[in-house]
Amino acid sequence: MADPVEGGGLSFKPLDQFEVKRLFGEGPIEWYTITNVTMWMALAVLSIVLLLVMGTRKRAVVPGRTQSIAETLYGFVYTMVEDVTGKDGIKYFPYIFTLFIFILFSNFLGLLPMSFTTTSHIAVTAILAFAVFITVTVLGFVKNGASFLSLFWVSSAPLALRPILAVIEVISYFVRPVSHSIRLAGNLMAGHAVLKVFAGFAQVGLIIAPVAILGVVAIYALEVLVSAIQAYVFTILTCVYLKDALHPHH
Amino acid sequence: MADTPVEAGAEASGAGMPQLDFSTFPNQIFWLLVTLVVIYLILSRVALPRIASVLAERQGTITNDIAAAEELKMRAQEAEAAYDKALIDARAEAAKIVADTKAEIQAELDVEMQKADAEIAAKTAESEKAIAEIQDGATEAVKTVAKDAAKEIVAAMGGKADARTITAAINARMKG
Repeated sequence: MADPVEGGGLSFKPLDQFEVKRLFGEGPIEWYTITNVTMWMALAVLSIVLLLVMGTRKRAVVPGRTQSIAETLYGFVYTMVEDVTGKDGIKYFPYIFTLFIFILFSNFLGLLPMSFTTTSHIAVTAILAFAVFITVTVLGFVKNGASFLSLFWVSSAPLALRPILAVIEVISYFVRPVSHSIRLAGNLMAGHAVLKVFAGFAQVGLIIAPVAILGVVAIYALEVLVSAIQAYVFTILTCVYLKDALHPHH
Repeated sequence: MADTPVEAGAEASGAGMPQLDFSTFPNQIFWLLVTLVVIYLILSRVALPRIASVLAERQGTITNDIAAAEELKMRAQEAEAAYDKALIDARAEAAKIVADTKAEIQAELDVEMQKADAEIAAKTAESEKAIAEIQDGATEAVKTVAKDAAKEIVAAMGGKADARTITAAINARMKG
């Protein structure tokens, strides 16, 4: 049992799962190449259609299980948007729900063994975060004009401190998309890598293997939690940024 | 041991973390945008309006049901009030009827009593008169019998009785 360790054959490849691969044939990965990214994103779309479209097909006044889940998700995000951004944020609900449902399903699909987690890639989360950042910034200026800049001018602080605070506010504003994207990708990547490391240890010996498997189970449970929480965090931060754009005055 | 995973991973992916392999970025970004647009279209065209309408319909149903229940409750309360009122009215009516009947009976009774009293009085007076007549008759008869008897007795004793004297004597006796 201990042979692989001594022989150096114990393979820890916790990052292999994040590799982007061609699904068909050989060659470089062009922008249009069908890869595992394509497949798992398509599966996310499929799952979303199954839950939100097929699940609500009956339009039952007394909902079945699937319809209940769809309605709960809808209500959850709708309430969040309404509570955080106010009534005038409701019209952005479809966009926010799109983000939420995509991240939620990508996270959960990534938890399937042998799967690929699209949201563990900074390329994906950065696009999501920058889309939110640019939209919110443009929206802020369109809705409020130059008075959107009052977001950085903390009028409740003493006058002397305001320029310093403004600098800090501006920096924190531009750090938003970075933290927004890295938080999501980092959480998922770290979780999945740890899971893989524990799984690697499961090859080792009689004593370590059961502990490693217990570890896998525990980390997996944690990852289920993290998947939901990160989708929630990303969404509620989007709502908060949107609120800043709609009501920039402190 | 601690170095092994990192090294193995690094070797496997060639250039460290696959996340930082920029050659795959265009691919990921392209498919992400496609996915987001598809999800957005499906949600905004089909799923969200449908769920919203289902929720609105349910809300409507619930509101209607509550309104209907409230109306029924109100009607029940009205019916109860009407019932109570009817009960009170009926009680009052009954009490009135009882009182009226009592008064009527009393009045009738009074009239009957008076009539009976008057009748009794009349009968009494009549009876008294009759008794007086009988008494008078009896006195007369006694007088006549006494007169005759006295006349006979006087005649039997050989005397000739003067009728006026006898009558006077009898009258004096009768009074005594």
